[in-house]
Amino acid sequence: MKTNMVLTEEQQAMLNGEKGEAMAKVMKTLVMYGEAFGAERMVPVTSKYGHLVTSFGLSVMKPVYELIDKLLEAGAVSGQKFSVDPRPLDKNVPSNFLQNLLFKFMYSKQKSYEEQLEKMGLMNEKAFTCTCYLDEVGNIPQKGDILSWAESSAVVYANSVLGARCNRNSGIIELFGSIAGCVPYFGLLTDEGRMASWIVEIRTTKLPEAQVLGSAIGMKVMEDVPYIRGLTKFIGTQLDDKTKAYLKDMGAATASNGAVGLFHVEGLTPEAAELGEKLIKPDARTYIIDDAELERVKAGYPCIWKDPSASPKLCFIGCPHLSLNQLIEWTHRLESRLKELNKEKVSVPTVFTASVPVLEAFNKTEESAKLAKMGGITSYICPLMYMNNPLCGKMPVITNSNKLRTYTTCRYYTDDEILDIITKGGK
Amino acid sequence: MKTFKGRPVVPGTAKAEALVSKGGFNTLASYQKSLMFGDKKGTCSDQNNPDLYGKPMSGKALCLPQTIGSTTGGMVLYCAAALGRQPACLLFSKPIDSLAAAGAILANVWTDISMPTVDCLGDEFLEYVKTGMTITVSEDGTVTVE
Repeated sequence: MKTNMVLTEEQQAMLNGEKGEAMAKVMKTLVMYGEAFGAERMVPVTSKYGHLVTSFGLSVMKPVYELIDKLLEAGAVSGQKFSVDPRPLDKNVPSNFLQNLLFKFMYSKQKSYEEQLEKMGLMNEKAFTCTCYLDEVGNIPQKGDILSWAESSAVVYANSVLGARCNRNSGIIELFGSIAGCVPYFGLLTDEGRMASWIVEIRTTKLPEAQVLGSAIGMKVMEDVPYIRGLTKFIGTQLDDKTKAYLKDMGAATASNGAVGLFHVEGLTPEAAELGEKLIKPDARTYIIDDAELERVKAGYPCIWKDPSASPKLCFIGCPHLSLNQLIEWTHRLESRLKELNKEKVSVPTVFTASVPVLEAFNKTEESAKLAKMGGITSYICPLMYMNNPLCGKMPVITNSNKLRTYTTCRYYTDDEILDIITKGGK
Repeated sequence: MKTFKGRPVVPGTAKAEALVSKGGFNTLASYQKSLMFGDKKGTCSDQNNPDLYGKPMSGKALCLPQTIGSTTGGMVLYCAAALGRQPACLLFSKPIDSLAAAGAILANVWTDISMPTVDCLGDEFLEYVKTGMTITVSEDGTVTVE
């Protein structure tokens, strides 16, 4: 194939088929992908690890597994180890006989797909999470690293909070970048692509709910880069665990309710702290967010339950997966609320999701037994994949995740509202 | 009848009925149900997209600003194509986004199907085109709407 991109000798040889047909197609895909965005060259992937979005062995995704088989047969494996999104099934999460039957049918390729992942370069069997960048999991890119990742919430976090450089790659493309060891240089990899074309002014009276703020920003700026002002007065200027968790949840909502791949928070995120207003394009537009705007956005979420007044049967907290501190904090909040109400257990089965390494760390804390005693369930599952089961999708399920709301029938509530709902009624 | 000139990301020819999404097209949310349950019509399952929700997408000229949402998007589009449930063509008013480009290119390189993809057709294109109109796509990215 002819290309206007300037390739190294090795890349050109790969494209010409000197490393086999499968590698040639991998390179052709990356070159066409780069050309679509005006990339002039490839750049090496510099992060230690990759991250893949496809973690599920859905029977209907057969074309993907066939493609991976072709790559494995040709010896086209990832040049770097990688983590991958959460597993779709966990027996800890309540489900009935019929739901389980359907799960077995839906995810019938799970075992064989996990075998493929292992051959392709999976970090380890605990590396199934959307929050691969947490300390316990250990896939933490350095500032300036070039990544070939997918998973919108992980990409926006790596770009914004860690200052790494990654485009919002699609599933399969991210794997191709890790196989070829290079990605086309465009978009969020470039200095210019990281400039903000929106200024978001936060003028609320209190700290906005991370998930609603992210949703508002995502819906407004879509794929553009926002420069957020006025947030540090609520969350401070230190990227500590609490702040990082807030940005994790806010970012996931910007990426799923819109298509944000990078945000800057004035005085906080690495590039904003370094470059400040120099990151703002001269023609940037402004979006003002006050209490009324957040209320307007939240009121606009459709409720698609058959019976909108139904009592919730399940609650998911942790999409994206929770950090250790978030698990501890939820335990404390739940404990004090139940104490106020003179109750012992939650009235709605509530699943707290986190990666296996985070759950292992949590199990070593005293909060772990407390949460279990209050009826809290912990799991490494991807709640989205649970809800994809139509028999689960028919149930009235609530969540504090705006991403989960967007992709499933789950109904969104703020953390405070969730706390009220899961503790009212019952014993 | 009106003609618009865009950039062919994946060149090809097509003639099909228009299906128009005024807002961003969420690929995962739109294809989730139809892929999972073998719905050959590719009925759109994105409840947040009032223009498309419940409408069949297979074989239609999908007119949209850009795609949004999960980064499984390109892979989902590739699967729809490999299973023969893809739209006849993808017509973007804006410059294509990375997920849609991935899907269109993966379908082109790794399957035998044809799903011409044209971007940069301009806001006027999306204002003019209505669901049900007839779309003709030429190799050079010219799109005729009638």
